[in-house]
Amino acid sequence: MAIFLTKDSKVIVQGMTGATGMKHTKLMLADGTNIVGGVNPRKAGTSVDFDGTEVPVFGSVKEAMEKTGADVSVLFVPPAFAKVAVVEAIDAEIPLAVVITEGIAVHDSAAFWAYAGAKGNKTRIIGPNCPGLITPGQSNAGIIPGDITKPGRIGLVSKSGTLTYQMMYELRDIGFSSAVGIGGDPVIGTTHIDALAAFEADPETDLIVMIGEIGGDAEERAADYIAKNVTKPVVGYVAGFTAPEGKTMGHAGAIVSGSSGTAAAKKEALEAAGVKVGKTPTETAKLAREILGG
Amino acid sequence: MDLFEYQARDLFAKHGVPVLAGEVIDTPEAAREATERLGGKSVVKAQVKVGGRGKAGGVKLAANPDEAVARATDILGMDIKGHTVHKVMIAELSPEIEAEYYVSYLLDRTNRTFLAMASVQGGMDIEEVAEKTPEALAKVPVNAVDGVDIEKAREIVAQAKFPAEVAEGVAEAMVTLWDTFVAEDALLVEVNPLVKTKDGRILALDGKVSLDENADFRQPGHEALEDKAAANPLEAAAKAKNLNYVKLEGEVGIIGNGAGLVMSTLDVVAYAGEKHGNVKPANFLDIGGGASAEVMANGLEIILGDADVKSVFVNVFGGITACDEVANGIVQALELLKSKGEDVTKPLVVRLDGNNAELGRKILSDANHPLVQRVDTMDGAADKAAELAAAAL
Repeated sequence: MAIFLTKDSKVIVQGMTGATGMKHTKLMLADGTNIVGGVNPRKAGTSVDFDGTEVPVFGSVKEAMEKTGADVSVLFVPPAFAKVAVVEAIDAEIPLAVVITEGIAVHDSAAFWAYAGAKGNKTRIIGPNCPGLITPGQSNAGIIPGDITKPGRIGLVSKSGTLTYQMMYELRDIGFSSAVGIGGDPVIGTTHIDALAAFEADPETDLIVMIGEIGGDAEERAADYIAKNVTKPVVGYVAGFTAPEGKTMGHAGAIVSGSSGTAAAKKEALEAAGVKVGKTPTETAKLAREILGG
Repeated sequence: MDLFEYQARDLFAKHGVPVLAGEVIDTPEAAREATERLGGKSVVKAQVKVGGRGKAGGVKLAANPDEAVARATDILGMDIKGHTVHKVMIAELSPEIEAEYYVSYLLDRTNRTFLAMASVQGGMDIEEVAEKTPEALAKVPVNAVDGVDIEKAREIVAQAKFPAEVAEGVAEAMVTLWDTFVAEDALLVEVNPLVKTKDGRILALDGKVSLDENADFRQPGHEALEDKAAANPLEAAAKAKNLNYVKLEGEVGIIGNGAGLVMSTLDVVAYAGEKHGNVKPANFLDIGGGASAEVMANGLEIILGDADVKSVFVNVFGGITACDEVANGIVQALELLKSKGEDVTKPLVVRLDGNNAELGRKILSDANHPLVQRVDTMDGAADKAAELAAAAL
């Protein structure tokens, strides 16, 4: 069953005709993703050939949905134009918009998040500044390498792209139901809690790995949610124990301000909720392995 | 990016927030003319990006231009909590103050919205107010689409229980402050104190502004606000090369791909350091997904240029970018640096995993570079890098 994305998902790509969009559309197709179109008003009516697969280009998300039945959009739109593109996806009421774009201004992400709410949250937003999500063997919406792991029964939710890959690699022999990169920006659409709830409800997920990092209080709130609502075992990892206060660590959201947002506080909150937290990615993978093996 | 008070004042003035006249200077003698322009009296205020400057003696009154020069002489060069004062603001003397308030807008990450905060207990540390008398600090969510018009501002002012005689004036100031927040792509705008003067005016006497660097593409004026002189030289050099680099206090240089993986690498190195002379990571450096030879060379150049670095740990997980490309990048980067006459003498520990890892490892083994060691697990490689750094101490 997986979460948010299955083999039946019909995917369009906003920004497909740009260099990054082209590169990753090709990779997503190679992973078996059912890509039914791209969106670019200036190239509407044309099509792009990806190693023999013709992908039509539409003038708008709405048109692409009407003509193809698309229900997922992956966005590779440059930061300056991302807000307009996400708002277009929301207006078209596409069920899932995966915003890969890195470097979107906070006033823009706050605006499209508020807009999604005003429109009744009919569009689930994942990201921005995220690697997207993958349901191995079925579909890949974003930039997660498709060949790290195979289908399996671990669900993964992570703020970080490369730590997602690292964890998928550590546990590649067991495999994953779905892996969701939610992004490291201060304002993101889908949260740890949203993914935890979906994995808890997914009969094909037996264990959840949750990766967090410094900044904000999403991990603490996820811990609270786990304590109250999650019956499946959860294994956690938090990056950034050695990050000094006031320095942004790569992700715009990864910053310790005063006593809030520290890795130690997050680890403590998760452990209090019964989550086993690893000291390193490798140790975290070992904890997951022990639970599934025993 | 956090701004100095004088920069915040300028932005406030630009968007109509009521402020007093003021100008920034960096020599004592300039205080004379600036004070004369203000009618002969002024306040000399140290410009540092840290709180508590008043208590530290960084804010002084000057009754005449000579005194302004004397006060500026005292304050310029002063150390306030580790920050050297390079600039002072010569500000207009405030009319007599009757009350001090606090107002701000910021991002509320938890609720993914903006937040207005307001209190009639201004002038002091707002975190202290929030802790000791939380009921005295109104927190009002502001929807990013709706923003703050005069109606919304009145609602904020009412929730914070401002006295009736200042309510409208404060609400008007709140609207202009919101305009500043949005128009400048700020992450924080704060006025503390916002004062009511005896002659009935509402004035922003001191403020803080933090700007979102992701919005630089539409904020051409913001680059000039950067305090380039204060930046660490390595951080400045990295920024010039578009590298995501943060200087830290340790001895093990770190290069990795992806912010999360690099943060994790810092932690793993610090744990390993506990067994090896307590060495620590020397920096954060994320070379991103691509990891081309050129980017790798730029990164290595910055890190090898850091005198504190005793060993380097290159930690790459090949995702879309295959490890063989990364390995070629490392080999080429070392050659590139050598050809540029750089003195590459520090040991490198390289861990490659993921896409085409075997090929990548073979390239490194075949290159057989005397300074490069391959360790194939992240924890093992961190241990080796820490050991080498400790041995070089």
